[in-house]
Amino acid sequence: MSTAVRARHAGFVSDLHSVALRALRLTLREPEAVIPALIIPLFFFLVNTGALTSFVERTNPGFDFKAFQLPVAIAFAVTGVSRAGSLVTDIQSGYFDRLLLTPVRRLTLLLGLMVADFALVVALTLPVVALGFVVGVRFETGFVGFVVFVLVAATWGLAFTGFPYAIALKTGNPAAVNASFLLFFPFQFLTTTFLPQQLLTGWLATVARYNPVTYLLAGLRSLITVGWEWGELGKALAAIAAVGVVSMSLALAALRGRVRRG
Amino acid sequence: MLSTPVPDPSSPAVTAEGLVRRFGDKTAVDGVDLRVERGEIYGFLGPNGAGKSTTVRMLTTLIAPSGGRATVAGHDVATEADEVRLRIGVALQEAALDDKQTGLEFLDLQGRLYGIPKAARRARIAELVELVDIGDAIGRRIGTYSGGMKRRLDLAAALVHDPEVLFLDEPTTGLDPASRSSVWAEVRRLNTEQSMTIFLTTQYLEEADALADRVGIIDRGRIVAEGRPEDLKRSIGSDVIVATIDGDPGLVEAALVGVAGVERVELRGEEVVISVADGAATVSPVAVALNGCAVAVRGLTLRTPTLDDVFLHLTGSHIREGEGE
Repeated sequence: MSTAVRARHAGFVSDLHSVALRALRLTLREPEAVIPALIIPLFFFLVNTGALTSFVERTNPGFDFKAFQLPVAIAFAVTGVSRAGSLVTDIQSGYFDRLLLTPVRRLTLLLGLMVADFALVVALTLPVVALGFVVGVRFETGFVGFVVFVLVAATWGLAFTGFPYAIALKTGNPAAVNASFLLFFPFQFLTTTFLPQQLLTGWLATVARYNPVTYLLAGLRSLITVGWEWGELGKALAAIAAVGVVSMSLALAALRGRVRRG
Repeated sequence: MLSTPVPDPSSPAVTAEGLVRRFGDKTAVDGVDLRVERGEIYGFLGPNGAGKSTTVRMLTTLIAPSGGRATVAGHDVATEADEVRLRIGVALQEAALDDKQTGLEFLDLQGRLYGIPKAARRARIAELVELVDIGDAIGRRIGTYSGGMKRRLDLAAALVHDPEVLFLDEPTTGLDPASRSSVWAEVRRLNTEQSMTIFLTTQYLEEADALADRVGIIDRGRIVAEGRPEDLKRSIGSDVIVATIDGDPGLVEAALVGVAGVERVELRGEEVVISVADGAATVSPVAVALNGCAVAVRGLTLRTPTLDDVFLHLTGSHIREGEGE
């Protein structure tokens, strides 16, 4: 053995890079985990617009239902996409302990996965938007608006990942992580998925008013159909921030519990 | 500005004083004292569930002690965990690997996390690949590796940063004899050529006997004996005669009272373990004594003592009879 090596702290950025690089590589090697996340939004977009566009646009002249549905499909694509399942596998196999035996910054074990998640959800939005282009959806805000649209959607996806990571770190149980998908439904369907907010009535209108996805969808729709509506965008970002604060607090608390050594 | 105290290079590699770990009401490690000198191979021997792995998990900073104190490479495992992590290599009981990574990616990630620059990392990994004899398979996904290859890769990962103290938690459990011999040879080589301190847990008597300079025997969370293997074995007699019987062992014990050369008689189910100073001289009188009592003797074996005999003498049970940890 001739090479002299000396162990030292690699530093936060290097640790983050190392953990994220592994996560990205493994994401590419798990198409079985990515393909459903790609197919579901395309499927819903085609079914919803195919079934309802004529009816909605005939009864509401000038209303672009495909543009209305594109953000819904994007939310389908990015919500709940995470490597929490892989994290559970790492915990159960002992790989997570192996990482804890190194001097890696503990926070990067979570943030590195989220970097990979962000890259994935950006990638998942592109085919959905491309399908929107194919069926005639155009951005009133142009190319810059399209970029902002993708980044806002991906940031929402990232904010939501805190929930499955919190469950993964807290329980180390794959069934519990899979069950976290249930969180997706109230967020995704108790909102303006099919109708504008002003047409919602009763309890659904009340729930939608408090559902952050309502404001996310409104912000994304404004980029497509209206233009630079800073108020709508601000509300969308505030909704993302509110969900992010809650989910990341839970995830970080769960990470602290997992690495506490108690 | 606070700085980490630099440990005395002559300080022991591992110390523990009254180390305790509780899980709820259960005390897994109950006051363990240890002192492992630098350059030593220390065998931590005990049955499943005795507290070996829990002790290792405390010494390697994965879990905090509930009580007592321990240092590794001169640093406290509770208060200087990061300093300890820089100085230890660990291969845990199950080779925790990611089947979707290649061997090379895995070792590279380990090297990155220990802050080893790229050029040195590459050179080090090349050396380790040769050392653990993985060859071209290093570029393949780990899922394609055999059990032995995974263990060797695990060992390479533990060595990537050239640690001062290497912890091997049951490194040969589940390996075939050839792979086991290979790991033993590597452990010896690391110790002799690099003076690496090795803390080895095992439930295999022959492994502790063959590798360890000193052995600590743990049972139910407590160390019941410690010393060089030959000294421990000598402590229960020069030779052992084992009689396998059908009948009342108490009759055998009574029959052996007064037989010249018999130092100790221990009963264990159908086995009677007779410690004697001179086996060759004593086996005949023992056979005669057994023949004269009302039990059927199915077998009579003369051998030198093993560490299992030591464990049996100290705890009343065999090492391999414990339950899963």
